[in-house]
Amino acid sequence: MKSTQDNATFTAEPPASERNDRSNHRELPRCPTGIEGLDEITGGGLPLGRPTLIAGAAGCGKTVFATEFLVRGATRYGEPGIFVSFEERSEELARNVLSMGFDLNDFERRNLLVVDHIAIERSEIEETGEYDLEGLFIRIGHEIDRVGAKRVVLDTLESLFSGFESASILRAELRRLFRWLKDKGVTAVITGERGDRLITRQGLEEYVSDCVIVLDHRVDAQISTRRLRIVKYRGAAHGTNEYPFLIDEDGVTVVPITSAQLDHQVSSERVSTGVLALDEMMGGRGYYRGSSVLVSGAGGSGKTSLAASFANATCRRGERCLYFAFEESEAQLIRNMRSIGLELSPWIDRGLLRVHAARPSLTGLETHLATMQKLIRDHAPRAVILDPISNLIAAGTALDTRAMLLRLMDDMKRKGITAFVNDLTAGGAFHEASDIGISSLTDTWLLLRDIERRGERSHALYVLKSRGMKHSNQIREFLLSDEGVVLRKEAHTL
Amino acid sequence: MSTQHGEFWELRLYIAGGTTRSTSALSNLKQLCEKHLAGRHRIEVIDLGTKPELARQDQIVAIPTLVRKLPEPIRKIIGDLSNTERALVALEVRTEPTTT
Repeated sequence: MKSTQDNATFTAEPPASERNDRSNHRELPRCPTGIEGLDEITGGGLPLGRPTLIAGAAGCGKTVFATEFLVRGATRYGEPGIFVSFEERSEELARNVLSMGFDLNDFERRNLLVVDHIAIERSEIEETGEYDLEGLFIRIGHEIDRVGAKRVVLDTLESLFSGFESASILRAELRRLFRWLKDKGVTAVITGERGDRLITRQGLEEYVSDCVIVLDHRVDAQISTRRLRIVKYRGAAHGTNEYPFLIDEDGVTVVPITSAQLDHQVSSERVSTGVLALDEMMGGRGYYRGSSVLVSGAGGSGKTSLAASFANATCRRGERCLYFAFEESEAQLIRNMRSIGLELSPWIDRGLLRVHAARPSLTGLETHLATMQKLIRDHAPRAVILDPISNLIAAGTALDTRAMLLRLMDDMKRKGITAFVNDLTAGGAFHEASDIGISSLTDTWLLLRDIERRGERSHALYVLKSRGMKHSNQIREFLLSDEGVVLRKEAHTL
Repeated sequence: MSTQHGEFWELRLYIAGGTTRSTSALSNLKQLCEKHLAGRHRIEVIDLGTKPELARQDQIVAIPTLVRKLPEPIRKIIGDLSNTERALVALEVRTEPTTT
């Protein structure tokens, strides 16, 4: 009967040909944004010649994103752009551009970036009948033709809604505007205010079918984190992941979350640990280049000394090293290491060693990750030290921290950077498990444990694992002398 | 009270090509002026289709837009002026208290 018929149509699957069509959907050509990381996660940039919507609450970075899209377009790809501003005064925009190291006036003189500020004063305008926004089209169209623009930003288009009475006229005109921009062949970025139930307050996402990006600025427990999410990208396989991003003097940096692919190049080259006896224990030649090393131990057991020894050895080879100190300041680290005969300041002076000291609790985990990746990119080190990662938990949950470290380690592996990670374990208790559970991510795991002997407390070191090499199974006594770390053989007798 | 009688109305109508909305705005404006501002107005029509650069210069977004340049202050009225009453109010033209 009727109901069975309904059921039949309900369960009907689309014909196979249609399904194939959908899966074979050709990807849209891309317009590179030049924004660090964004092109990586979008598979090359924004849909070329089409409008993209960037939505977010006030202060989340929409304008900075849009501005950088134009600045990079002009400087890196030689594509002139037009910034149509419904809100921001040109002076603020000029400041944004200047902070990225460019002069907006110079851009305007050379017709590389044109700013058109559209002021709409509701109080000055009366509506007396039918109208359209042809004036806006003509205005933008004239500028596009004048400078040969390839990129257009409309920031924030929604301001138009407060300027006009008739929302229905406006909606019809916006629909026409998006179609017209597409016909013009420009890659457009339209910004919109975040709405309560809709992505944008005025539901602009309804008109943008190709690409919608949402920006977010969250503050949890007084820790601020910026995140980006691609909610729509037609014809492209995009992750639903949230990507942390940074805004600083260089503009925007989006941190790509690398899928944990294990296809990185492996090196059989060895690098010295900086401690002769430890090199011996590691098959006589030290760590593998590009591998990851984890050192676990209680407070004061000598983790930092091992890290500094490695940093010293790296710099002695003339290679750059990046040291993230989460507990000590740079000055403290230098002073403390000097007491065991490790002189780090010459390496800093020569630009080989860079120490980045920061309290993890000051910013969110994502922001940390973003900062770290940015520093890694800037300094281009061959070795990176995180001392200690356990402090990062203060900036997030253990699960978050593990995910973040996985991403970071992955990134370093791909770059062939040797990662040296210290993990502070609780109390004097013996832990063959790392607090953050990252031991499985690392190639080499060294343990420092407390030992007591004849009323004396000292430390012992042993290699718990080291993938791909014959390593010593001995437990050595770990001592700090004026000449650095010393490993004494007798420890195994304990 | 009667300051208005000495005033001159300088009006500028922005249109875009010969669309029906543009032509009806112009004819509505002419009608209105002849009736209420006879002999003390001037209408200038600007077609943005031929002078697109003026859209930016004069901050025009909607079409048609009528700008009252005089008397001051400058006022902008958008739409085809089919709503005569609103247009008169917006232009601040005081109508004679006659019944016709």
